[in-house]
Amino acid sequence: MIAQQPRISLLGTTALLFEAPGETTLETQRRVWALAERVTRLPDVQEAVPGMNNLMIAFAEPPRALEAMERRLVELWTAVEPLPSEGRCLDLPVVYGGEGGPHLADVVAHTGMSVDDIVAIHSAPVYTVYALGSHPGYCYLGGMDLRIATPRRKVPVLKIPRGAVSIGGDQTGVSASDGPSGWNTIGSTQVVFFDVARTPPALLAPGDRVRFTVERVVR
Amino acid sequence: MIVVLSAGALATVQDLGRSGSLNLGVGWSGAMDPLALAAGNILLRNEENAAAIEIPVFPFRVRFARSTVFAVTGADCAPRLDDVPVLPWWAQRAEAGQVLSLSVPKTATWQASRAYLCVAGGIEVPLVLGSRSTQLRGAFGGHEGRPLQDGDTVPIADPGRRPRSSFGLVPPGLVLACEADGLAAVRVLPAAEYECFTPASHDALWSTPWKITPQSNRYGYRLAGDELKPVRPLELRSHGIVPGVIQVPHGGQPIIQMRDAQPSGGYPKIGTVIEADLWRLGQAPIGSSIRFVQCSWDQALDARAETRRWLKNARRLVELHCSQGGGGDD
Repeated sequence: MIAQQPRISLLGTTALLFEAPGETTLETQRRVWALAERVTRLPDVQEAVPGMNNLMIAFAEPPRALEAMERRLVELWTAVEPLPSEGRCLDLPVVYGGEGGPHLADVVAHTGMSVDDIVAIHSAPVYTVYALGSHPGYCYLGGMDLRIATPRRKVPVLKIPRGAVSIGGDQTGVSASDGPSGWNTIGSTQVVFFDVARTPPALLAPGDRVRFTVERVVR
Repeated sequence: MIVVLSAGALATVQDLGRSGSLNLGVGWSGAMDPLALAAGNILLRNEENAAAIEIPVFPFRVRFARSTVFAVTGADCAPRLDDVPVLPWWAQRAEAGQVLSLSVPKTATWQASRAYLCVAGGIEVPLVLGSRSTQLRGAFGGHEGRPLQDGDTVPIADPGRRPRSSFGLVPPGLVLACEADGLAAVRVLPAAEYECFTPASHDALWSTPWKITPQSNRYGYRLAGDELKPVRPLELRSHGIVPGVIQVPHGGQPIIQMRDAQPSGGYPKIGTVIEADLWRLGQAPIGSSIRFVQCSWDQALDARAETRRWLKNARRLVELHCSQGGGGDD
């Protein structure tokens, strides 16, 4: 069942989690960005962090009157106007399959589609960056075609290299640094998503859009 | 400057953490025992947030390249300066060339697993995104974005205020102890999916011991105990999480997110260890068992105020001591 009202829950005394009602949509996400911008200005708030149709609000100082804060959030949610999502659009060249895409065969096995179909479907949409999270520079992307959705791996892989393009459930993304992952790696890109020496350090921001272009398919 | 003679493993430069960059996917990092780090800095008249070295694996040895006032807080690692025993939680002067050795923590005094080597002035590494903490996943911050290695030289900032030596603080492990049935306990607020778990899971959460397995580190503590089961499988959208969140992956064995945790996740959350008790958790040794104690919002805020008071009192004691001209030669 899909909730009709926002849901607010505690993350200890450190933060609150605000979850928007309804199915995951870009329209809702644009309101989440707007709420984040608005909430960051509240005195009790240290930082506000968009997730997928939700917002984590970390406290500078946890308020004694919690209900008042919760009411305020719901009021703001009702009032905010969606922020635009017309950020810049970036092409990410991908080598699909081969050494850099060790789990492409698993996506083939799960979906019953050919490598060519999977590559065509994955590289067709313009994806919107909904949020950054997981690790420095990592983007949560919205807009994957559900025909290539593939469940997360039963046993996570201990080290997926930087640039790994992967599918986890109905989401797709690109690892910004080496690390463990439970997603299925179908290809790789050389793009550097995070560099602390750059300003800003992250290549992409919420509202930006990316397109995967086919550099090569290794069969 | 400090020369690392024996780094152990996974010793890192940490301050109280890096806030404000979660929106870039950058987690907070910071000391696993923020109370020990802040208290060590207070002893040395540093800013509470000055950087220190967090040491989880022993033995650990360093040489001071010049005369330095230091304090070892956190676990009681039987510190020795050259071969002379010195007290933990004690401001002490080391002369140029002296070697500080820390050994495996004693648990007879208070149970803890991590030591903090704090120095007057603080460890001087560059501020990266507002913090000196090591960001291991991103390989930045701290000392070259990585754990310390044998032979590393770590600079020390000039102390702004004259440090004093030869006095100490009573460790919070002795005065702020929290136990349930003889085990270290941490207080927990239920989280979003708490109600989605079976009654038997709720009973297990609150009334059985949870063992900290060897697959535990600064990223998270994997616990072993009774299986925690949701009434039906849960699929969540990725969302922000914080240190202290107790996630329950499909296997039913909980994982507590710690300081180097990912700032977002999607596993069901049964509860969150309150901020005031994260330092206890950060000190809980691998192989030991802990208990979860349910608390209310007001109790959690009171606990937070209690730790603040403890720190404020520590600062008052140190300033009083220094204003009376007490302590050593400084």
